[in-house]
Amino acid sequence: MSTSLAIETKNLGRIYKLRGSKKETRKELVALQDVNLTVERGELFGLLGPNGAGKTTLIKVLTTLLSPTSGWARVAGADVHAEPELVRPRINMVSGGESSGYGLLTVRENLWMFSQFYGVPSKEANERIEALLEMVGLKDRMNTKSSDLSTGLRQKMNIVRGFLTDPEVLFLDEPTLGLDVGAMRDVRRFILDWLRADKERTLLLTTHYMAEADELCDRVAIINKGRVLACDTPTALKQRLQKDVMFEIETSPLNGLTMQMMEEQPEVKKAALTDIEGGARLTLSLVEESALARVFNLFAQKDIKVMNLNKRQPTLEDVFVDLVGRSMAEEESNGSGE
Amino acid sequence: MQTTTSWRSFRMAAWLGWLIESNWTDPFLFAVYSIVKPLSGAAILVIMYGIISGGNFNTPLFPYIYLGNAFYIYVGAVMTGVSWAVVDDREHYKTLKYMYIAPIYIPVYLLGRGVARFITGSIAVFITIIAGVLFLKVPLHFEEINWGLFFVTLILGVVMLALLGLLLAGITLTVARHEGFIGEATAGALYIFSGAVFPLDVLPAWIRPIGYFMPTTYWLELLRRSLVGNVAQAFPTLANFSNMELLGILLGLSIFFGVVSIWVFRWCDARARELGLIDRTTNY
Repeated sequence: MSTSLAIETKNLGRIYKLRGSKKETRKELVALQDVNLTVERGELFGLLGPNGAGKTTLIKVLTTLLSPTSGWARVAGADVHAEPELVRPRINMVSGGESSGYGLLTVRENLWMFSQFYGVPSKEANERIEALLEMVGLKDRMNTKSSDLSTGLRQKMNIVRGFLTDPEVLFLDEPTLGLDVGAMRDVRRFILDWLRADKERTLLLTTHYMAEADELCDRVAIINKGRVLACDTPTALKQRLQKDVMFEIETSPLNGLTMQMMEEQPEVKKAALTDIEGGARLTLSLVEESALARVFNLFAQKDIKVMNLNKRQPTLEDVFVDLVGRSMAEEESNGSGE
Repeated sequence: MQTTTSWRSFRMAAWLGWLIESNWTDPFLFAVYSIVKPLSGAAILVIMYGIISGGNFNTPLFPYIYLGNAFYIYVGAVMTGVSWAVVDDREHYKTLKYMYIAPIYIPVYLLGRGVARFITGSIAVFITIIAGVLFLKVPLHFEEINWGLFFVTLILGVVMLALLGLLLAGITLTVARHEGFIGEATAGALYIFSGAVFPLDVLPAWIRPIGYFMPTTYWLELLRRSLVGNVAQAFPTLANFSNMELLGILLGLSIFFGVVSIWVFRWCDARARELGLIDRTTNY
């Protein structure tokens, strides 16, 4: 393996055996299938996909929590399955959307304890804790028991826990999940500042927020049903669709109109649906702008009213629709299951 | 490096365990609980014994039962203290995965988490014995105690119990439900087979070998002998063995169960990683 690589996977696979009732035979769920990825040192790499796509499973494998069922993975030069003791001192992980931590300890005590598990000298640990808490706006709550923190503040504490040990490779699994808009912005800025401070630091981020991946990541892998569908810079991924014309249309309820019916129209390349209050939001990828007239005819036949119409540049969501054939929201409601 | 990592794992786990163990209520209630719980347990046994024996506390059986019951507090405390840390961290605090990816030795970490229960267990054992001496005339004469044998046996036994706790911790890792009962169920089973409150001769002959195979049987016997000497030898079960022979058996069985425990823990640890159970929360 090249030393410039922070993460490398080869034909990585993970199958879960699910236990049903006693009479049923065991079912298998393919969570990861033939995942081949390389992440350079210093890179901020994003895994983008709906809930249940396999992102968390991949992070669990890379952080030595879960054994792969096929293929291999290396992190910081060591095999995650065969040499977990070499991987662990070099990594850390933060999972968003959970309130882990010892509620009876203060914020400082929680963080200090984890720093000690990593062998950070106590004085240095305390300095780092203060500096990091200052950066995320939590310094004034340093001596508060973590059980007394709100969910968002507790999540910030956990984010600090991940950064505190200054890992070579940091895994952030949906770090902004459940945070309010202001806290999300703070965390994103914090992530970028941390990464820019040292070119050797590598960060792998999973998210199902398209804008987050677009804003933060050097490269993004789009993952769905355990497979990596595409991997490139956000700009390069979007350029795939640059030749198409993108429209976002908000309408009244669709009265039986399906995306398949839309895509059967000439020059309508893709149609994706998101339910909104009182109607639907359609994202259309058209080969020619003139195809819009045919779409409007279809609306008229179904007595659908157009509330809003926007022409826009392709986003990573559009790339996902182009690759999968459905929006992320549709894919999640379809339940790919992780 | 390995020593540093082990010590770090143990030291911090013990610190954390103590904060968790002592912090669930205010200090006054904690102190009351620490005193009342063991005394209540002993009182139940004493009342039962008093009724059965017609109030005759001057038999060798009474100190046998009383001391066996007192020291048995360690079995539940230490074994469950180690294995319960898995449940606590995985289900309650949701931190087990973060401990797992940290550069520590998880077995040593779990052993460290058991230290707090050892300390609170020691307090309970001490209070129970002192109460027995002061109020129930347990024939304990401090000048006749074989302190050397007592401390060697106590330390060896606690290490043995901690390693058995590690075995239970391994099993707990691979069990997604009912894991909370594993420690208590095992401690309960050992209570019957270890001669804690009655000599093994009372059991049917075909069950006794289980007791002979348990290190706790020899541990409790040695503790009694070190404290009350010949009184403990009045029962035929182990009377033919000298203290050194019993110590040798205890050491041999402790090493055997220690090796088995470490092996089982490693196997369960690998199995839990295969099955994806390290961070599974069931809210069960």
